[in-house]
Amino acid sequence: MKTYDVVIIGAGVIGTSIARELSRYRLNIALLEKEEEPAFGVSKSNSGIIHPGTQNPPDSLKGRLCVQGNILIRKISKELGVDFQEAGELIVGFSEEDTKELLRLKKDAEALGVPGLKIVDKAWLRENEPNLNSEAVSALYAPTAGIISPYRLVYGLAENAMRNGVEIYTETKVEGIIRAGDNFEISVSKGSFNARRVINAAGLFADDISGMLGIRDFKIRPRKGEEFILDKKKENLANHLIFPLPSKISKGVLIIKTADGNPMIGPTAEDTEDKSDLATSDKGLENVLKSARRLVPSINDKDIIAYFAGLRPAAGDDFIIRHEEKSPGFINVAGIQSPGLTASPAIALLARDILKDTGLALRKKLIFHPHCKKSIHIFSMALSKTKGLIAKDASYGDIVCRCEMISAGEVRDSIKRGARTMDGIKFRTRAQGGRCHGSFCTTRIMKILAEERKIPLTGITKRGKGSEIVKKDRVDD
Amino acid sequence: MTKVTKKLTCIECPKGCRLAVDVDNGKVVKVAGNECPKGEKYAISEIENPARILTSAVLSQGLALKMIPVRTDNPIPKSRIFEAMAEIKKIRVKKSLKTSDIIVENFMGLGVDLIATRKAK
Amino acid sequence: MIKKDLVIVGGGPGGMAASVSAYESGIKDILLLERDQYLGGILNQCVHTGFGLEHFKEVLTGPEYAERFIARLQDMPGIDVSLKSLAVKLTRDKTVTFLKPGVLQTVKAGAIIMATGCREKTREMVHIPGTRPSGVFSAGLAQKLINIEGLLPGKEVVVVGSGDIGLIMARRFTLEGAKVKAVIEIQDKPSGLLRNIAQCVEDFNIPMYFRHKISRIHGRDRVEKVSVVKVGDDLNEIPGSLFEIKCDTVLMSVGLIQENELIDASGIQIQGNNTDVPGIFVCGNALKIYDIVDWVTKDSFAAGKLAAEYIK
Repeated sequence: MKTYDVVIIGAGVIGTSIARELSRYRLNIALLEKEEEPAFGVSKSNSGIIHPGTQNPPDSLKGRLCVQGNILIRKISKELGVDFQEAGELIVGFSEEDTKELLRLKKDAEALGVPGLKIVDKAWLRENEPNLNSEAVSALYAPTAGIISPYRLVYGLAENAMRNGVEIYTETKVEGIIRAGDNFEISVSKGSFNARRVINAAGLFADDISGMLGIRDFKIRPRKGEEFILDKKKENLANHLIFPLPSKISKGVLIIKTADGNPMIGPTAEDTEDKSDLATSDKGLENVLKSARRLVPSINDKDIIAYFAGLRPAAGDDFIIRHEEKSPGFINVAGIQSPGLTASPAIALLARDILKDTGLALRKKLIFHPHCKKSIHIFSMALSKTKGLIAKDASYGDIVCRCEMISAGEVRDSIKRGARTMDGIKFRTRAQGGRCHGSFCTTRIMKILAEERKIPLTGITKRGKGSEIVKKDRVDD
Repeated sequence: MTKVTKKLTCIECPKGCRLAVDVDNGKVVKVAGNECPKGEKYAISEIENPARILTSAVLSQGLALKMIPVRTDNPIPKSRIFEAMAEIKKIRVKKSLKTSDIIVENFMGLGVDLIATRKAK
Repeated sequence: MIKKDLVIVGGGPGGMAASVSAYESGIKDILLLERDQYLGGILNQCVHTGFGLEHFKEVLTGPEYAERFIARLQDMPGIDVSLKSLAVKLTRDKTVTFLKPGVLQTVKAGAIIMATGCREKTREMVHIPGTRPSGVFSAGLAQKLINIEGLLPGKEVVVVGSGDIGLIMARRFTLEGAKVKAVIEIQDKPSGLLRNIAQCVEDFNIPMYFRHKISRIHGRDRVEKVSVVKVGDDLNEIPGSLFEIKCDTVLMSVGLIQENELIDASGIQIQGNNTDVPGIFVCGNALKIYDIVDWVTKDSFAAGKLAAEYIK
């Protein structure tokens, strides 16, 4: 049986970032994911904020990695063809007392190396953020905050890692790990993998994976966040990411700009024991609306077009990124809650350095392909370019999802680049993600997916086995 | 058996008149609440011999439309509807047809035809 | 850029009636844009009867109703029917840009009638909490899956709302062999037609719950059950009334809304069949949600005449 140099467990933003970073080196790498596609765990409900590094304790690992990640992500997103937009953030104060707190935050952030911070006053806010509550007296402005599509980032990383030789195994759930001499034997749902090194990036389940090797000194305590997405019509609701002053447990309810244009409000923060608890609630909606309206009073619940809940894989206050001496060759990358997305490129570098310290030889490949082709989105192009493209390939002029204006060609491209499920197509292209929620386009997309994957319509799922869209085809009667 | 009054909703048009139907020994003796003669006819049928036009769709083979919508050209007894559905599921239409073309003549021996409600090539 | 006397956006019952009416009023240079590969719009998936009693004085199914108009359009040589043609932009100076495979085309029109129909309200619009599994469908999508694609979405169904499409689909699922376990309506009376309560729900002994609502959808991958609560006249939950229904499918039938995104995006204001731009008209369900298609036809005939008068 093949022995991999490195097996990475978990194809979220952390696992794929590490995989892509390590694919620069002459290593045999396997990335294992229990879901049908990458990004289907914690990453799929990420807000997509690239944090500047404010709101972290100055001596924290996550603070340092966040500031570093904020710089690195710019180059990576460009290489992967994923849009990054530097929106800037405002942490808003409502009193003199708050302004003092903002000054303290500024000092902490500057100690971490966050650039460009300034305290802005009421006049600045009125001019630059007109929908903000007029009772706001000041804000800490961080120009380097940005937004990105969390799934498109993960898909870009996964695709690029594969291009550089990483093998990705989806629907591959790790069921046990044992030591086999200096190596590891990892048993999965179907078969097993041998590895010299194991990197645990299993998100919510990182404690379970670590426990398989007897390391049980941390526990993942999921913290649920409910988010509510507003209609694209409200794209200009806010010009920046808007934060309240942070509390002890979270950054509070935010007004979030997203890469897709729809503003989002949320998240809530509620500890839960259940790692599968992704339910939204009336209470969550009520709390989010109340808090969001404190920042931007004009927010109307009628503008909410979608909502979802995600779980932050928290393990105490900081990230846990370390080589486990008790089980040499095993590296934990756990507890990656906010600002994990931002920090992900820096986490990948740290993981690489830790791996090197374990004695694994890291020799660079002669050729590393850093780029992914940027996906075509015909309605974000200039009209003249759209025309040319449609003339060349008619499927780009065949609109499948008319709410988001996504063509059959774009859906097909997403499948060719790895989408296997209806959600996978939605995350990559936005098709089914608009106001009608797929009422009009589901059947078209199912047919394209069935055709491209050469599977029956009854085999099409929302997000993997068990989530089939339909139960029966008349043909099979 | 004595007289009873049954309440029905007429399904003949979108108005949905509420009918009060006096029934004596299984026979309708009086219909009230109907705004047009169709209501009376419906009430009598519904009490004495309830029937519905059955609409559904049948599979095609090799035509541009996968499903051909169909209906019975006249009402069939309500009690036979599920049996009729089982028959409909067995049908495979292989030849082009026009709207109102008969797919099954004297469907299930009920004296009604099963007809196409859309043309298909 | 091409030129047309009249451009009609939407080839459903509204757009077809508007085309016929404008043609009969003397306009012989008409472009009818339909995004699907067939004319008829939503009628094609409405295989049930109940159409045409007002307009044709007989009872028809949806496809039959559509076909009557399709046949009339074929006899009108001045009407250019462009299929697989999706309008993507409308401007106040009366241009429509549309997309058809291989072509992005702008047409300058003497007048425009928008007959873009409506769409269904979603789970999200009525804020039903819970998980987001597979198995939550709008009634219209379920109808398309069964009647057009021959696919059965689920086997144990709960219908939310008592709109006509939901009631029709309760019957349709039952006929296909699925079990419809409940129709849940928050109001104290049905929102759909009474005859559909009779022939779709009562005929099959499907339980109807008025003044009830779904308080939560459960299930990770696929719907597993729903929580139902009774509500008071203020529509608030009555404590202690919660019960659960096991099901694999939730059908949403909570109303329709006009599909007027092109008009909204252009800043045009709707004023009845007219708009604040002389020569741009709106008809059918894009203007107002009608109970039955016959009224859509009637409204669209009126819009067709208005457009013809304007052009002359």
